[in-house]
Amino acid sequence: MPPARSWRAYPQVYRLEAARCKKCGKVSFPPRLVCNKCGEREFDRFNMKRTGKVVTHTIIRTPSDEFSGEAPFAVGVVEMDGGGRLTTQIADVSFDELKIGLPVQMEFRRLYTEGDAGVIHYGHKAVPIRQ
Amino acid sequence: MRDVAVIGVGMQKWGELWAKSARDIFVESALLAMDDAGVDKIDSMYVGCMAPGVFDAQEHLGSLMADYLGQRNIPSTRVESACASGGLAFRMAYMDVASGMHDIVLAGGVEKMTDISGSDATHALATAADMKWEGVSGVTFPGLYAMMAVAHMEKYGTTREQLAHVAVKNHDNGSMNSRAQFPMKITVDGVINSVKVADPLNILDCSPITDGAAAAILVPADMVKKFKKPGVKVTGSGHATDTIALHDREDLTTLAAVNAAAEQAYKMAGKGPSDMDFVEVHDCFTIAEIIVSESLGLFERGKGGPAAESGETSLTGRMPINPSGGLKSKGHPVGATGIAQVVEITEQLRGEGGPRQVKNARVALAQNMGGSGGSSVVHILEVM
Ligand SMILES: [Zn+2]
Repeated sequence: MPPARSWRAYPQVYRLEAARCKKCGKVSFPPRLVCNKCGEREFDRFNMKRTGKVVTHTIIRTPSDEFSGEAPFAVGVVEMDGGGRLTTQIADVSFDELKIGLPVQMEFRRLYTEGDAGVIHYGHKAVPIRQ
Repeated sequence: MRDVAVIGVGMQKWGELWAKSARDIFVESALLAMDDAGVDKIDSMYVGCMAPGVFDAQEHLGSLMADYLGQRNIPSTRVESACASGGLAFRMAYMDVASGMHDIVLAGGVEKMTDISGSDATHALATAADMKWEGVSGVTFPGLYAMMAVAHMEKYGTTREQLAHVAVKNHDNGSMNSRAQFPMKITVDGVINSVKVADPLNILDCSPITDGAAAAILVPADMVKKFKKPGVKVTGSGHATDTIALHDREDLTTLAAVNAAAEQAYKMAGKGPSDMDFVEVHDCFTIAEIIVSESLGLFERGKGGPAAESGETSLTGRMPINPSGGLKSKGHPVGATGIAQVVEITEQLRGEGGPRQVKNARVALAQNMGGSGGSSVVHILEVM
């Protein structure tokens, strides 16, 4: 990935920075210039909570080349407590315990290695919260 | 706006066509459509193609295909809307004729997908998703539809067997289609025990990677008598979009773009879902056909799975879905798929459906879809 493309996403990739619509309250992750629910252009920036719940999930068994070393791995849509949704890998999970509503927290992990130079990309993955 | 009719269609057998280039297969199908209509000169053309730069290291297809079709200096436009590129090319051609701008317009679609490796093709298709915010997770296209399946199963009790019935039915239909890439019949057990791709979807839940093309000729409805074959009238056209990322949708068990495009087409045609004699829909994955059948209003929400299982959607059922064999059996060269749906409907409405002819078919609907439902195009066609 070109350096500029990685660099400009740092606030989201490292801090989970999102934007809450000042009019309707909808959370956009990543931030947008226009709310896609009500059309408002004013937002409050904030860092999303790191806990949330699995909205849906799957297990990727035939990935693209970048992720070929990881397969099989779990992926899900997670809704963060306090708003905001993202698609993320779910790590440290046994496939049997994957279910809608599973409480998870976001942890900073190694995501994938790119190209012959072996550039390592880091970011967030969800892991189950165990009491 | 002028009324518009299809007066010619063309398509050859799809598959791994290593001996032929993208321009070869496009021109072959376009010539079949022109011969079917009895025309050798067209006024304008549209080429649906998703990603020739990635699959074939070639852009500028509008110019290239007009050149190789021997149509020098005419306006020719490449249209892209991921896997709905073909359906959208058809809509652009429809609007071109309806507006009065041009009289004889070709709508074609093509994709040459097997020249690159399977994993490179997977990557090329993934560009129809939100590459930055979905792609970072490693989710694939089957993975996105698998997540819709998990949500649909949880909410409505849709079963693994019901998904399999969609694939079995489409291969039954495709076994009667000489142009299908995979015309073999399969079984429910065969689907359930096939290799896992993205749980709960297996390889036999997924449409294949295909080389193929298809074409149609559109003219003003009042010119139809000048041509060889009976015209099929385009009475409804709809096109809508939705969020590019699946996770930005409040409801993961429906497809809002499909619903919105269908509402436009139904309204224009003055028809509803129950007026359709059969439909051709975008079954890129088995769960897609189930959700689409609900989003088109053919079945109540949650009833798409039981309808597939009970045979209601088979060739002799109450609402036949995908008599052509669908993307599943016929193949899915993404840019050509939406045009191939129009080819099937045109032939069926002329009574040229052969062994898979839907009896007394007079009205039918085509639904084409891009990405995980980020775009959809719907057309209604009728016997004149
Ligand atoms: Zn808002």
